[in-house]
Amino acid sequence: MSNKKTKTVKWGEEPKLGMLDALYLPAIVSGLATAVRHAVSGKPTTRQYPEVEPEIPPNYRGVHRLNRDEQGRVKCVACYMCQTACPANCIEIIAAPAPKDDPHWKDRDKYPATFTIDELRCIYCGMCEEACPVDAIELTSVYDLTGLTRKEMVFDKEKLLSVFDETVKTGKDPVRTNRGTLGPASEEAPTGRQGPPPPGRGKHG
Amino acid sequence: MVKVKVNDIEVDAGPKDNCILAARKAGVEIPHYCWHESLSVVASCRMCLVEVGETKPDGTVAMGPKLVPGCQTPIKEGTVIRTDSPKVKAAQQMTLELLLLNHPLDCSICDQAGECYLQDYTYKYGKAHSRLDEPKLQRMDKYHIGDQIALFTDRCVMCTRCVRFTREISGTAELQVVARGSHEEIDVFPEEPCNNKLAGNVVDLCPVGALCSKDFLYKKRVWWLKQAESVCTGCSTGCSISIDQNENKVYRLRPRPNPEAQGHFMCDEGRFGFKYIHDERRLSFPKLSAALASGIESQRKTTSANFAPDLNFADLWPTALTKARQKIQDAIKADPSGFIAVFSPFMTVEEAYLLAKFIKGIHEKARLVLGPIPSLGADDKYPKGPKGESPADGKVKFTIRAEKCPNRLGVEAVLKHFEGSVVRIESIAQRPNAHAWYIVGGYASGWVTEAIDKAVGTPSLLIVQDIFPSPLSERADIVLAAGSFAERDGTYVNHAGLAQSANAAIRAPGEARADGRILMELAGRTGLFNAMALRKEIGSAVPELSVLASGDLGDQGVRLVRFAKQAAAAAT
Repeated sequence: MSNKKTKTVKWGEEPKLGMLDALYLPAIVSGLATAVRHAVSGKPTTRQYPEVEPEIPPNYRGVHRLNRDEQGRVKCVACYMCQTACPANCIEIIAAPAPKDDPHWKDRDKYPATFTIDELRCIYCGMCEEACPVDAIELTSVYDLTGLTRKEMVFDKEKLLSVFDETVKTGKDPVRTNRGTLGPASEEAPTGRQGPPPPGRGKHG
Repeated sequence: MVKVKVNDIEVDAGPKDNCILAARKAGVEIPHYCWHESLSVVASCRMCLVEVGETKPDGTVAMGPKLVPGCQTPIKEGTVIRTDSPKVKAAQQMTLELLLLNHPLDCSICDQAGECYLQDYTYKYGKAHSRLDEPKLQRMDKYHIGDQIALFTDRCVMCTRCVRFTREISGTAELQVVARGSHEEIDVFPEEPCNNKLAGNVVDLCPVGALCSKDFLYKKRVWWLKQAESVCTGCSTGCSISIDQNENKVYRLRPRPNPEAQGHFMCDEGRFGFKYIHDERRLSFPKLSAALASGIESQRKTTSANFAPDLNFADLWPTALTKARQKIQDAIKADPSGFIAVFSPFMTVEEAYLLAKFIKGIHEKARLVLGPIPSLGADDKYPKGPKGESPADGKVKFTIRAEKCPNRLGVEAVLKHFEGSVVRIESIAQRPNAHAWYIVGGYASGWVTEAIDKAVGTPSLLIVQDIFPSPLSERADIVLAAGSFAERDGTYVNHAGLAQSANAAIRAPGEARADGRILMELAGRTGLFNAMALRKEIGSAVPELSVLASGDLGDQGVRLVRFAKQAAAAAT
């Protein structure tokens, strides 16, 4: 098995420069030719940004958003998984017991009192959304992130929720997270058949 | 000692051990929920089911036909325990599957996640999938169960450790099991919450996240907490604790099992009484009186005009300490017996030794005095009887002592060695005959009584080393901002002469320094404060504290010779 695997690896060698290549002249000429071809073709290749915005693939990892549940509350349950997973230490959560007196929050135990992401420190690796057990944090395809101060780039809970509202409005939903049943921590998951047990676990699952 | 075999590992176990303890000695874990070393055995969780057999005289092994609970099964010579057979593994899987039937699996918001036995055992012994098709039972959370504890009813595995604790250790019996079958719940009687002084222990006892501490609830995920092994300074019982901190903030104290000191538990006074170490009023930088500081002020203004005038500089310390040393030496040389150093029972042995040696090194006649010993009521003994009465002498399982300081005996031993006898500040308060004082505080709350305040008066030199401002620190010539118990390394000697080492968990706030570091520099010693090295020095210098000579006191501490003899005499 391991033998086969090593054989599938092909080692490439750097091509040796011949006399002609070493002069660099052919390369310069072919480069010039490309420039001239574009110049005379009459087809514009410059992107008129920001007037014309590019199509960003929906799996792009841009600005974060905090999702809302069906009742409009923040979906995050403040489990700190994203903060634990974050390799850049850019997420900071302060959890609090949910306001039990409020009927709106009756079925929730814990919620994030504050949730801040330092968008400048973030490396947009997407570990936070992978770690999230309730699909509350997602990276959207919003890429044009600008600000005048560093402070402005530290997004708080309200700002992150507003990113959700905007992306939902414009239909730019990210495609990575699975919108399946969530854990009971965020909302009451419909109980029912959970599917067959994974294979290879014997007669009793 | 009896020889038993655990999974083919031969091990010498104690004659009174059960299978779990015997297996633990062999390095084999038998998972268990309901069994706890200091509580009675109920064998109700069925998690510790193992195969047990015996060795016949002819050498053959006869295994029992049924699985037996390891917690309830005693061992004898030749007992054979198997924890890795398919039968045992199947039983463990089944038990866990049943325990998880109605468990909400809300690990993401559960405070116990990370130190939860349900998580750990499911990972190690359980299976990944549930076969339950029905909706899970949902139960109401009970925040009314106690002032300090909340019950998340649906996470409970009904091990009844908490119920047995309130019956057997605290004796108050507030917690009960109500209803039957899968409707079983832990509850209290109406209007009778679980508020005894040991109630916080049920949170530690709970192997899952059912009982949570309201004080710690949702404050920090446990995997971020770092532990430092220390000693509770709340009373002279000196419970072994671990200080859980993250980013220089202490979040909780937990008892560390130590049969020599207190057993498995600690009281709520100690558990929740640490908050003062993060009080905003704490002294956070050394202060010099106006007269002493005048020279430095001008110097500071010229060198750092750009900085705010009230900015604290780290170089205040060398100045303060040099001045303090100079002033102490001058004062003692002028009138040795007019100099009094007051030792606090909150000091560690090392700190007391450093200060005593420094003062006595300048002049033999300088006086060392023991500060006030805080005391509150009488010793509080548990388990309580049905009417709240204290237990008989032989049946005490936990004592909250009236003496609210950790190290009276340790400081007294040092004072006896250097001064010859222990002089209490109360006894000289009427007529101190002193013109210079070095006063060490470190108390958890205000300790400067009117008598002490009056006794000190306005001397020609007053140096105060403390953690909180007091009338004395207000008028002191030099104030040295010291460290609380969580910031100190050192040794405490408890009421029974048990010397335990404590480790610093956090750094002192602002520019404050742990007392050991202050005294090390004040005494003009070279090198850093190292409790281990100092213990060795103290052990050879002070006969009463000779047990410290080994340096390392281990997890459980070492008893002073005098007390070890007493204990041995009492045992025989």
